[in-house]
Amino acid sequence: MIAFLQQYAFWIITIVKIALLLFIVLTVNAYLTWFERKAVAHIQSRWGPHRVGPHGLLQPAADGLKFLFKEDVTPAGVDRFVYYLAPFLSLMLSLTALAVIPFAPNPLPFKILGEHVYLWITNPDIGLLILFAITALSVYGIALAGWASNSKYSLMGGLRSSAQMISYELALTMSVVGVLLMANTFSLQSIIEQQANAKWGVGFLGWNIIAWTHQGLFFPQIIGFICFFTSAIAETNRAPFDLPEAESELVAGFHTEYSSFKFAMFFIAEYTAMITVSCLATILFFGGWLSPFASTPFWHFTYYIPSITLIPFGLWVIYDGLKYETIFGKLILPAIGFAMFAIGGALIALPAVNDYIQPIFWFTAKIFVFLFFYVWARGTLPRLRYDQLMNVGWKLLLPVSIANVIVTAGVVIARSYR
Amino acid sequence: MSPVLLIFFVLAGLAVLGALSLVLQKHPIHSALSLIVVMVCLAGLYLLMGAEFVAAVQIIVYGGAIMVLFIFVIMLLNAGAEERTDFSKLAKIAGLPLALALTASIAAAVVKPDPGVPAVTQVVIPNATEKISSMLFNEFVYPFELTSFLILVAILGALVLAQREKK
Repeated sequence: MIAFLQQYAFWIITIVKIALLLFIVLTVNAYLTWFERKAVAHIQSRWGPHRVGPHGLLQPAADGLKFLFKEDVTPAGVDRFVYYLAPFLSLMLSLTALAVIPFAPNPLPFKILGEHVYLWITNPDIGLLILFAITALSVYGIALAGWASNSKYSLMGGLRSSAQMISYELALTMSVVGVLLMANTFSLQSIIEQQANAKWGVGFLGWNIIAWTHQGLFFPQIIGFICFFTSAIAETNRAPFDLPEAESELVAGFHTEYSSFKFAMFFIAEYTAMITVSCLATILFFGGWLSPFASTPFWHFTYYIPSITLIPFGLWVIYDGLKYETIFGKLILPAIGFAMFAIGGALIALPAVNDYIQPIFWFTAKIFVFLFFYVWARGTLPRLRYDQLMNVGWKLLLPVSIANVIVTAGVVIARSYR
Repeated sequence: MSPVLLIFFVLAGLAVLGALSLVLQKHPIHSALSLIVVMVCLAGLYLLMGAEFVAAVQIIVYGGAIMVLFIFVIMLLNAGAEERTDFSKLAKIAGLPLALALTASIAAAVVKPDPGVPAVTQVVIPNATEKISSMLFNEFVYPFELTSFLILVAILGALVLAQREKK
């Protein structure tokens, strides 16, 4: 048995990693919907979900159950094969994209079945190109859903989304070329490692958004980042670029005719795409798993930041939970709070574990900031008109990102002649 | 059968099925979808040969950009299922012999490979992207730039044709 396991260790570990990543991402997705509703509600001076569980924390579970038990309607006159294919395609492609994202540099401190376990599914040399290939294909899910539904609102949504995604894909790809020129590689891991900076004890100066590592001649990729994030929001069909599903004009756009779990699949695909884009923005421009502080002994105290965040938050969760009178408040919230408190304490007590989780902590924190940006943009910005959308994409973002590529190329050439 | 060979046969079979379905489907969208299947399978075959860059570009350019435009145009024109017309006379007379000749020549090449052409090794070449780009921008820079010029001419031509009505 053990021999069999060891023979196929690589495959077994990969499959377990895929299952774990799917579980984590789908859970994060569910609570991202909760977070979004809560944050948008507070932006608009409302309470948001607060009935199901304390702070509405069980709302995602209720929504998931509702999706499963709703009637699955297939409208008359649809192109059945394409109609069923579209949500699968959307979900499959957006989940596949996560496979090439590296989450931490070092393998787990112990071996499993005689193999080092790295925190990525696969780490190819052309990681970024694979991500772009998947993005290029993901337009089909939405376009085909719109076409196959046999409804004019859906068709309009599908047409809009194809036009929008074709237009913004150019700016999205172009805005990343500046980073690629400076990194000289497509590998996401190498791109992150090149952003490390030990000068003056401030790590964040090395991130591509500032890019101070390149002695003397430096060119911050801030223009590239703004172009990248704007077009990425458009690529993921999120507000203020959510014309494919503009509810005031098109009912629900491309997914008007989808109900029950097929609708949920589009929903999960959209939120997973948000997570992927946040990971990519973090990796390309904000140093991925690198800490904003340098790794010199003086800055070693920053290694306690995860504990310092977890312990007070855990205590607050216990305090908050005790105010509720239901079993969730009295039992489960204090238990979760105590777990956080205990993990925070354990991290202080076990320096080896603490060292290991540093990259994961910073990566997660940065992803969370970008996810908040998404929600913030949705809560505060009005939707663009269609002609404004096209103007922004073709006449503003594309020329600016091309100019960014040219200037960056000049800086890289000048650096090579020094 | 080694896993690589198994993957090859799956991809090759899917590519052939996709190509057949491309010709046999009646609805333009279904044909376009079959073409996408063919292109993604070809990208997989490139990947098996260790040509990672070419595989990614195959999906980005053909699977993504070009086929999205095809689908977009089909959706925009709302093209319905095509009607089967009678085959052209030329196809009736010359079609079968030509198809047979093509099959025979391919079969001959497969059965008796030319010893002068070395088999492609399935080894991942390090820095393949760098080598491709340096070749493209050093040795073949003039043909490469001429091709992009040709595409620019095509774009301008399309613009002129589209704008001709307005004065």
